[in-house]
Amino acid sequence: MVSPNSPETPGSAASASGSPRAIQDVVIRLAGNSQDGIQSVGGFLARLAGRSDQDIMTYMTIPSTISGGPSIFQVRMGTGDVLSAGDRADMLVAFYQHSYDAHIGSLRPGGVLVYDSDQVTPAADDNRFTNVAVPITTATVEAVGGTSKDKGKNIFILGLIARVFDLDVAKLSALIKERFGGKDESIVRNSMLAFDAGYAWPQNNLRDLFYRFEAVDRQRASSGRPQVTLDGNTAIAYGLIAAGVRHGAGYPITPWSSIMETLRVEFPKYGGIFVQCEDEIASISTAIGFSYTGQLAITGSSGPGLSLKMEALGWATMAEIPLIVVNVQRGGPSTGMPTNVEQSDLMQAIYGSHGDTPRVVIAPKNVEDCFYVAIEACRIAREYSTPVIILTDMGLSSRIEAFDEPDLPKLMVDPKADLSERGTDFKPYPLDKITRHAPPGARIASGKYPTVTGLEHDELGHPTGSPKLHTQMTAKRRDKIKKLAASLPAPEFNGDSSGEVLLVTWGSSWGPGLEALGRIRKVGVKAGHLHLRHIHPLPNGLEDSFKRFHKIVVAELNDEGLYGYGQLAMMLRARYANPSIVSVTKTDGLTFKVSELVAGVAKHIESTELDAALGVSRKSALATS
Amino acid sequence: MSATALATPPPAPGAPLTKKALVADHPTWCPGCGDFAVLASFYRVLEKLNYPHEKIVTFAGIGCSSRFPYFVNTHGGHFIHGRALPFAAGISLGNDDLHVFVFGGDGDGFSIGGNHLVHTARKNVNLTYVIMDNSVYGLTKKQTSPTSPLGFKSKTDPWGAIDQPINPMRTLLNSGATFVARSHATQVNHMTDMMLRAAKHPGFSVVEILSECVEFFEGAFDAANPRKGGAWNLVDEKKHDGTPEDASRHDITDEVAAFKLAQQAWPGSFGVFYENNTRKTKNVLEHDLIAKAKEKTKNASDLQVLQSTFARLR
Ligand SMILES: Cc1ncc(C[n+]2csc(CCOP(=O)(O)OP(=O)(O)O)c2C)c(N)n1
Ligand code: SF4
Ligand SMILES: [Mg+2]
Repeated sequence: MVSPNSPETPGSAASASGSPRAIQDVVIRLAGNSQDGIQSVGGFLARLAGRSDQDIMTYMTIPSTISGGPSIFQVRMGTGDVLSAGDRADMLVAFYQHSYDAHIGSLRPGGVLVYDSDQVTPAADDNRFTNVAVPITTATVEAVGGTSKDKGKNIFILGLIARVFDLDVAKLSALIKERFGGKDESIVRNSMLAFDAGYAWPQNNLRDLFYRFEAVDRQRASSGRPQVTLDGNTAIAYGLIAAGVRHGAGYPITPWSSIMETLRVEFPKYGGIFVQCEDEIASISTAIGFSYTGQLAITGSSGPGLSLKMEALGWATMAEIPLIVVNVQRGGPSTGMPTNVEQSDLMQAIYGSHGDTPRVVIAPKNVEDCFYVAIEACRIAREYSTPVIILTDMGLSSRIEAFDEPDLPKLMVDPKADLSERGTDFKPYPLDKITRHAPPGARIASGKYPTVTGLEHDELGHPTGSPKLHTQMTAKRRDKIKKLAASLPAPEFNGDSSGEVLLVTWGSSWGPGLEALGRIRKVGVKAGHLHLRHIHPLPNGLEDSFKRFHKIVVAELNDEGLYGYGQLAMMLRARYANPSIVSVTKTDGLTFKVSELVAGVAKHIESTELDAALGVSRKSALATS
Repeated sequence: MSATALATPPPAPGAPLTKKALVADHPTWCPGCGDFAVLASFYRVLEKLNYPHEKIVTFAGIGCSSRFPYFVNTHGGHFIHGRALPFAAGISLGNDDLHVFVFGGDGDGFSIGGNHLVHTARKNVNLTYVIMDNSVYGLTKKQTSPTSPLGFKSKTDPWGAIDQPINPMRTLLNSGATFVARSHATQVNHMTDMMLRAAKHPGFSVVEILSECVEFFEGAFDAANPRKGGAWNLVDEKKHDGTPEDASRHDITDEVAAFKLAQQAWPGSFGVFYENNTRKTKNVLEHDLIAKAKEKTKNASDLQVLQSTFARLR
């Protein structure tokens, strides 16, 4: 057998099939069942890219039923900035007939179909693709031998991909050894056997497929720190730890669970505690209790669980307790599409609960931002003594990306509670200042201990039915959030500063939005892209950006609702009373494809008087770009 | 709660804690409400415990009885209906130096908060919970409560309650609480004693106090009030003195015997039904986890731990 780790190395393989074709990025979709370990292939590729100078974004679906069932992993690797998961695959690896049937439509014409010829019979009359038959099952069994059956098919394919895309075999082998090194020695040996077999496989028409990533001069300034590769949920968890959060409570629900699992294991290393509670109500209650002791705490969930937390969230707003609530959005309502993405909890995050409950909502744009949004959320929660909701989504939660390791020594926040004695003038709810609670354990020089309460209260926390005080205290709770709004930086803006269309995105739609902007401008449309990270409160001054464009197209993964506008679009229209604000929405449970955004924008430009100025040719160019 | 496996610092130097320092807002309860006596007993309990003032926390859910924290001058507050226990668990686990007391009614604890009661108890979170059971919803003005007896005429059961009430003591024992006692608001000394013992118990301690709502369920607990012709039966606790009569006394560590007490016909007995000092508190168990984790990381600083985690993500 030819092993890439033995003298027969990529160089000699290259000579066998001529020189490689240069590519900038590639989208590979692996389709199989969840127990086939295709996620780990994605993981290896992601980490390889992290260790090379390649960006990576993965796209992963897992079935909501746990044992078996269809599962895919889509990885897009490139040497430039990879912004979206890729609209269509360049290569599809189909492990089963059902994988082929369900995913052949995602392969671009001219793309490469690699299928397990032991399992799949492709349509005989479909000649749009380069079909490559590989007996993945038998080849793996032959290579590994023994009793492991077809386990290792994933690593076989990894080897094959490494050969086709001329990946760094030494680094990949090192990753495989690191990954399985702690386990039974036979696992590493079998994995390497499967990998080598896949690497050596290319024969027949597969021999002609040989690519190499073009080296590009990267514009991005290097931080000098190495790249790390992780998913969005993990990034949030470590962001919270960096921000000094050491306490939390939660209840399992997909796709939030992995955050609580990480924190349950990690917190004790930092002297902290994460409690698994009996339900989401208990979880937020326990988290608020933790925060009340002067240590900012976290709870979280997905849509249904966030609904359960709403009453207590109202209390935290009233009592002015800092708190972090993570909501990993999925398709709703109810159990909905638990393993798909949606951005339909926006209104719930902003306006859920009862009464007037001003609070803060921020949304990360990619995996790296998950880390920094967590830090930003903690800063705001402490500074403004308020609950902050981090609105992330299923897309980000399981997606793996590589980014520069954060500057940890600079970012670490000391979690210590302030138990110093408070002076005789201490008031928990001063009307002229932002609340700074005295946690239990802190002496109060006056001997008058504060009550924190959900009843409307006076400055000392005593219940009051005074109409005047309720008005004043409602204003106090609102004004601090307005103060935050005034301090927020201008949102990320790209493209032309004025023109025909401004594309507005939030959350994980950032990448596809930015990529769509490039395509829109390429055909000559003057366009900008504005991405909102702070969603509530909105940063001040957006109206000026809006005024400079004829149409403001807000793209979001939720329904257009009864009135024809997505949730953010609805809010922006209410706030700015600007009729040029329109919506692009969808509810198929998948992240935006760049082409969908471009088409959505084209549709709206068509619908204005501006159509004439645009010209037919440009319009059709947009629609097909 | 103080004599626990967790170190409690000595009382603050200076004057002992007095009732004068502990009274706060004037209670808003109806004249004659049983809750006044619970409050008076609690002041005595705090005087006796003499904890550092700033380390006492008094919290509650929602209900007439849950107004309690406004009348006690300590750190504390008023959470939402039924959820004071998980909130208090956060306080207790968040800072082991604190002495956490939770007050609430029968609706708050056994109805809307019933599941939290079971789970906070089974986890043995170190705190003391006092249920002021008036067998009616007081604050919302006379609806049936989970402890209202069959036939009780309320606004939601004008013909008399038809749903089987729960047996509070059986529920508490079943939940896994490690200290379970029962008292009566007309017996100030007994209440004080029960709350004091509950406070000193390491772990989840609960005292159910029959506290009459004179407004909506007058005379509810007369059957246990000698002044109203009732029977005041005290639990006769085993003294472990080797005498023959001791054999028939109640062993508070015997769970089965405790269940038997809970099965007695109304009005039953009063006193400590059960105490288990062998089960570790969640506070201790979580600290064990922390100690183990710290041992593994060789007490690395927070920054070092996070840095090594990121190094593994390269
Ligand atoms: C979520 C919610 N539901 C209902 C209420 C209304 N409510 C307030 S107190 C109460 C019952 C109080 O009964 P109990 O706990 O026995 O206390 P008591 O007033 O009898 O002391 C109810 C139903 C509420 N405050 N919050
Ligand atoms: S209504 Fe009943 S429980 Fe409430 S204060 Fe009055 S007497 Fe007490
Ligand atoms: Mg009651």
